[in-house]
Amino acid sequence: MLPADPIAHGAHVLTVCNACRYCEQYCPVFPAMEQRETFARVDLSYLANLCHNCGECLYACQYAPPHEFGINVPRTLAEIRLASYEDYAWPRPFAALVRRHSPLTVFALTALFSALFAAASAVRDRGALWRMDPAGDFYAVVPHGVMVALFGAVFAFGVLAIAIGVARFARDVRRASPASFVRGGTWRALWDAMTLRHLHTAGADCASGEEERRPWRRWCHHLVLGGFALCFASTTVAALYHSVFGWVAPYPYTSVPVVLGVLGGLGLTAGSAGLWILHGRRDPALGDPEQRDGDRSLLALLFAITVTGLALVALRTTAAMGALLVVHLATVLALFVTLPYGKFVHGFYRAAALVAYERERDRH
Amino acid sequence: MNADAVRGRGSSAFAKATADKSDPPLDYDVVVVGGGNAALCAALTASEAGRRVAVVERAPRPFRGGNSRHTRNLRCAHAAPTAVLTDSYSEGEFLDDLHRVNGGVSDEALSRLLIRQSVECAEWMGRYGARFQAALRGTLHLSRTNAFFLGGGKALLNAYYASAARLGVDVFYDAEVVDLEIEAGRFRTVTIATGGRHRVLRAAAAVIASGGFESNLAWLREAWGDAADRFIVRGTPYNTGGPLRLLLDAGAEPVGDPRACHAIAVDARAPRFDGGIVTRLDCLPLGIVVNRTGDRFADEGEDLWPKRYASWGALIAAQPGQDACCLVDAKMIGRFMPSVFPPVVAGSVAEVAVQLGLPPDRLVATVNAFNAAVRPGRFDLEALDDCRTEGLSPAKSHWALPLDTPPFHGYPLRPGITFTYLGVKVDEQAQVIMRGGPVRNLFAAGEVMAGNVLRRGYLAGIGMTIGTVFGRLAGAHAADAAR
Repeated sequence: MLPADPIAHGAHVLTVCNACRYCEQYCPVFPAMEQRETFARVDLSYLANLCHNCGECLYACQYAPPHEFGINVPRTLAEIRLASYEDYAWPRPFAALVRRHSPLTVFALTALFSALFAAASAVRDRGALWRMDPAGDFYAVVPHGVMVALFGAVFAFGVLAIAIGVARFARDVRRASPASFVRGGTWRALWDAMTLRHLHTAGADCASGEEERRPWRRWCHHLVLGGFALCFASTTVAALYHSVFGWVAPYPYTSVPVVLGVLGGLGLTAGSAGLWILHGRRDPALGDPEQRDGDRSLLALLFAITVTGLALVALRTTAAMGALLVVHLATVLALFVTLPYGKFVHGFYRAAALVAYERERDRH
Repeated sequence: MNADAVRGRGSSAFAKATADKSDPPLDYDVVVVGGGNAALCAALTASEAGRRVAVVERAPRPFRGGNSRHTRNLRCAHAAPTAVLTDSYSEGEFLDDLHRVNGGVSDEALSRLLIRQSVECAEWMGRYGARFQAALRGTLHLSRTNAFFLGGGKALLNAYYASAARLGVDVFYDAEVVDLEIEAGRFRTVTIATGGRHRVLRAAAAVIASGGFESNLAWLREAWGDAADRFIVRGTPYNTGGPLRLLLDAGAEPVGDPRACHAIAVDARAPRFDGGIVTRLDCLPLGIVVNRTGDRFADEGEDLWPKRYASWGALIAAQPGQDACCLVDAKMIGRFMPSVFPPVVAGSVAEVAVQLGLPPDRLVATVNAFNAAVRPGRFDLEALDDCRTEGLSPAKSHWALPLDTPPFHGYPLRPGITFTYLGVKVDEQAQVIMRGGPVRNLFAAGEVMAGNVLRRGYLAGIGMTIGTVFGRLAGAHAADAAR
């Protein structure tokens, strides 16, 4: 029953919401909506990225399907959120990738990169892949310089692409806002984004169904985010060890990079598996079925990265190390390559939207 | 639990029922007719007292909750600020407010009872999952007198239904009451119909909380004549007044007038039923309102909008074809709540008239006469300002500014009926007063007995207060009667 154009439908939905306003204390979406009288694409993108998909407003809505107005704010904003990732994707031609993610594409990319790594390793040293190395030296399989150059370049590109997209989004939101912008509020917005405050703004956890409020989705997300941060920290510390102190991997099990990486890996593994399970159990009316594959491909990738990473740590002195390393690096590369064109960007757009929300003034 | 009732959430089962007149009756302690706020308050109270309770809801599950699903707040007396109410609102002030709108025509003892018990409503509601907005916000600036439900009435009802399911209350959805058996001074059974089949519920006590009859177009026509065909029903299409009719036919003492109703101006493009809050138009005091001949017919600026809001339904109902249009100019854009349907916009009054199907010459003449009669003043929407017309009939007493700044915006209007006041008389135990002698196990709550307290006019949020207070009373006394 939803029209093909999510923007036109979104304008209809928000027009009904703006004449009702019963949901105004659920989250920032509604106070931000109330500052607007009409809803152009950029307004809708802003509101969509403020939405944390807690689900409350669907169950509260007197106009929810099967009412003839057919108002489903969480789903409508989910659709517009995805469209906003396409709108702001950089470079433009890659926007088409946003809707192409699936666990299958992730698997294909991983397989492709694994084959390339394996082939490159074999060309350099035919036996390195399957040789048991008591020292667990990864660089014997894939040289350090290659890792740094390849992953550094791809990651830097991803960060640049996301930064350009998010900066343009923030600029458009600011320009389109009917309110004046004030300075500040950034830390508060980032804190709110990190703590998922608006996933439980109204004093209860987000809804997995009508009158079903559970903390698990939030906790799993915290595990993923925290795990990701710890893994990032682990890599950063290891890079410092290597470049500043000249301490070359592999590091002992009690070293800072390994401890951080293992903790982060455990968090990511549990969190991504949990989110996958919850994803399947949540009321499907709350989401956009088109995004199921995209959301799951990111979870699958994170899960694959951490499982192979943890296995690599555990088995680094065995003959399996070479193959595990190749697969692990391939999953990481698949993540880095897809980073700016998938679900991963949601945190950045949400943070930018929350910063705009903090800075928009004249709010009643 | 009976196999064909639905416990709170979950779907169905009822469709599979092979019930018939010949099926054995289902036994309960208390049967509650209706599925809105008053009904659920009664069901929760009776269930909490240990009674086996059935709720009979006319609507299918997605539309459960009667008109309560369109509500937003309830009015509560309170002596000091609370988490959900600012300042204080004394019982005396509440009573004065009630007297002011109902013209003193109501049962004084029941009015005082209502107000006294309104004090504890919010806390009781919280025990069954109700959540409220924090005070100080809310677009209607009513947070001193009214507690706002977080997410509105449907969210409140969802919490109540979930609590009812936890307490083991059986809910029959999509079930229409076709018979109330009252025999030898006692309520005996309720017969419900669904899918063309009948089922008898036998209970030791009954609570009727089935709302008014505003969705029954034939009944409205009895009261309003053909004009009723042009009414838009703002709320549920399921308030057809069946149980009310059965009560009256069984000899219940009526209160109120069949024509008495709460009706406002809604956008003529609103759906026939269930458009709820978003079809209202708040721009009437900011411009002029004309009928289909292009003539003004009422003072658009007589009083502050919240006080006049509910008088426009009857005013428009009295116009030819039950049609009207509101016209504002560009100066007023952004000063009223946005509406769900776009206005007709044109650069001249005559063009707006053409688009709205009004005689252009006549509308232009009306606007010119209005503009000529406007006296200069200081425009202030928050107060009864001194912008008014002179020598014009009808006058516009406040907020009168010339309509002179294009583009002009026009909204087509119709009467939008919220609920009817005709109901049954009750006593302080919410027991239905019968002409033929007492029926001690039959109670009423909510809109179906609101006329005891209020037969005309309205106070924002009092309907939910009546439903909550009398629903709890009815539930408690029904539980006693079923002991």
